[in-house]
Amino acid sequence: MIEVTDLSKRFGDKVAVDHLSFTVEPGRVTGFLGPNGAGKSTTMRLILGLDHPSGGSATINSRKYAELASPLRTVGALLEAKSVHNGRSARNHLLFLAQTQGIPASRVDEMLDMVGLRDVARKRAGGFSLGMGQRLGVASALLGDPQVLLLDEPVNGLDPEGVLWIRNLMKYLASQGKTVLVSSHLMNEMAVTADHLVVIGRGKLIVSAATEDVIARGSGQTVRVRTPEPGRLTDLIVTEGGKAIPAENGNGGAEAPGGQAPVLTVTGLAAPRIGELAASASIVLHELTPQLATLEDAFLELTSGSLEFGHASAQPAGQSIEENVR
Amino acid sequence: MSITAASGQLDSAAAQASQPGGAAGFGRLMAAEWTKLRSVRSTVWTLLLFVIITIGLTALLSWLTVSNWTGPRAAPRDARVAADPIGFIFGAGIGLGQLTICVLGVLLITTEYSTGVIRASLLAVPKRYPMLAAKIAVFGLLMLVLSELVAFGSFFVGSAILHSRVVVSLSGPGVLRATLGAGFYLTVLGILALAVGAIVRHTAAGISIVIGIVLVLPILAGLLPSNWGAHINAYLPQQAGSLVYAVHQSSGQLLTAWEGFGVFCIWAVLLLAVATYLLNRRDA
Repeated sequence: MIEVTDLSKRFGDKVAVDHLSFTVEPGRVTGFLGPNGAGKSTTMRLILGLDHPSGGSATINSRKYAELASPLRTVGALLEAKSVHNGRSARNHLLFLAQTQGIPASRVDEMLDMVGLRDVARKRAGGFSLGMGQRLGVASALLGDPQVLLLDEPVNGLDPEGVLWIRNLMKYLASQGKTVLVSSHLMNEMAVTADHLVVIGRGKLIVSAATEDVIARGSGQTVRVRTPEPGRLTDLIVTEGGKAIPAENGNGGAEAPGGQAPVLTVTGLAAPRIGELAASASIVLHELTPQLATLEDAFLELTSGSLEFGHASAQPAGQSIEENVR
Repeated sequence: MSITAASGQLDSAAAQASQPGGAAGFGRLMAAEWTKLRSVRSTVWTLLLFVIITIGLTALLSWLTVSNWTGPRAAPRDARVAADPIGFIFGAGIGLGQLTICVLGVLLITTEYSTGVIRASLLAVPKRYPMLAAKIAVFGLLMLVLSELVAFGSFFVGSAILHSRVVVSLSGPGVLRATLGAGFYLTVLGILALAVGAIVRHTAAGISIVIGIVLVLPILAGLLPSNWGAHINAYLPQQAGSLVYAVHQSSGQLLTAWEGFGVFCIWAVLLLAVATYLLNRRDA
């Protein structure tokens, strides 16, 4: 379990992390979301003891990272920034890390097999592709079979196969009871991977909740309805307290081309209720589709006030130098 | 690469991994630092260059000197070589060879910063200073062995070539001490360079500073007024440290060979203390 308590970090007069508190529970994947510059990487570096906090604390299993007796066996970390010498082979990189913890060299070879780098294990890491570099990063994170994992943007630069591999790996590790914190700016990736989300903006906590709750907090659910009798259905929906708007784009409105029925976007009523209304009035429906608010929508809504380099109109006056210059 | 295969491997290795002990801990860190050092070509090449330059230059200059002995314009030089053969043998070879050690000492730590390896290193050793201590121990031991080999190699090569003109042996007064001392000097110089590298964290800046300490500082100090300039000069790292591999004391020399070496060591320790303080204090 990771506990972040009132954590702050200033670089000069710039506040990167601002009184941030959240916990990361074992047994599930926790997504760490925020726009660029929100402080995700800094928070992870603070948890890992690479940066010193200006205030507050971060603990892993109730201990500070620096106090862990055998850190790589407790915590595995994949940082966004590269941490491998270009002239050193993948095997030697893992070997020196293993030696610091008394982990046998056989474990190094196992990890190289697991991430699919066996054939290039003795080649210079400088020649690695981005994806191979990420695989080496995953191998170093899992080297000590840690209970806690922190992964900073792990799917960056990976091909679809690699993305799927990371996704399954994170879910598998969480299912083994491990604590998994994974940062990303890819909302849709988090929607399918994370069970819980910690969303931050400008170094402050915006929300920490289950993924589906975060999605639900976004713009309200809508239902897409296609019917040859939009007028009658709209009246019924309005009497039930809902709202029906002809879809703006495509074949919306009364004059749908190609014989397609027009489309309505309904809010305020759930899909089953719309179906029942239509059936009771014998209105034919060609389509009835609940439109889930995406995590992306929810995320944009949650963070719209806290974009580091957002539009001036979306921010309080005088918040950043860039705007003043403009 | 399947997840099921991964699970079996993870579990088996977890069972194998033993618990860390306190005393064994530092040995492990030294093993890790040794792996880091030997697994990068640049360090291996620099060490090779150190051996070749130091012994090679000693041989070359000794041979040139002997083959041009009492040439028309070389009489004063020949007199100098005859008066202080050890100074001649160690002068050129170590004078140039020591620069490779300056570069290597700086590189050992600054490349960790330039490549980002420092993050991996500090995640593995979050108390930080044991990592630096292990690095110094490994590099220091390696330098001690290699420097003594190079120092004795230089002596035997140089004295063998000079033998027809000047006879110098290890049993001569101060010769064994100077030869051992040359190795000690180079070892401590490497550690001093590593400390500077750890303080500045940038390769170019680190190398510039160390070379400045070794080559430029003595020249600048030589420009100071002689009465008090001599005192400053005597306690500068390179000036003090080089006394330990000299046999002949210059007139007005303020420190003995071992006192000079002690001053040199104090410089290295002070810089290491600063480096350790900054390493623990700064964000990595």
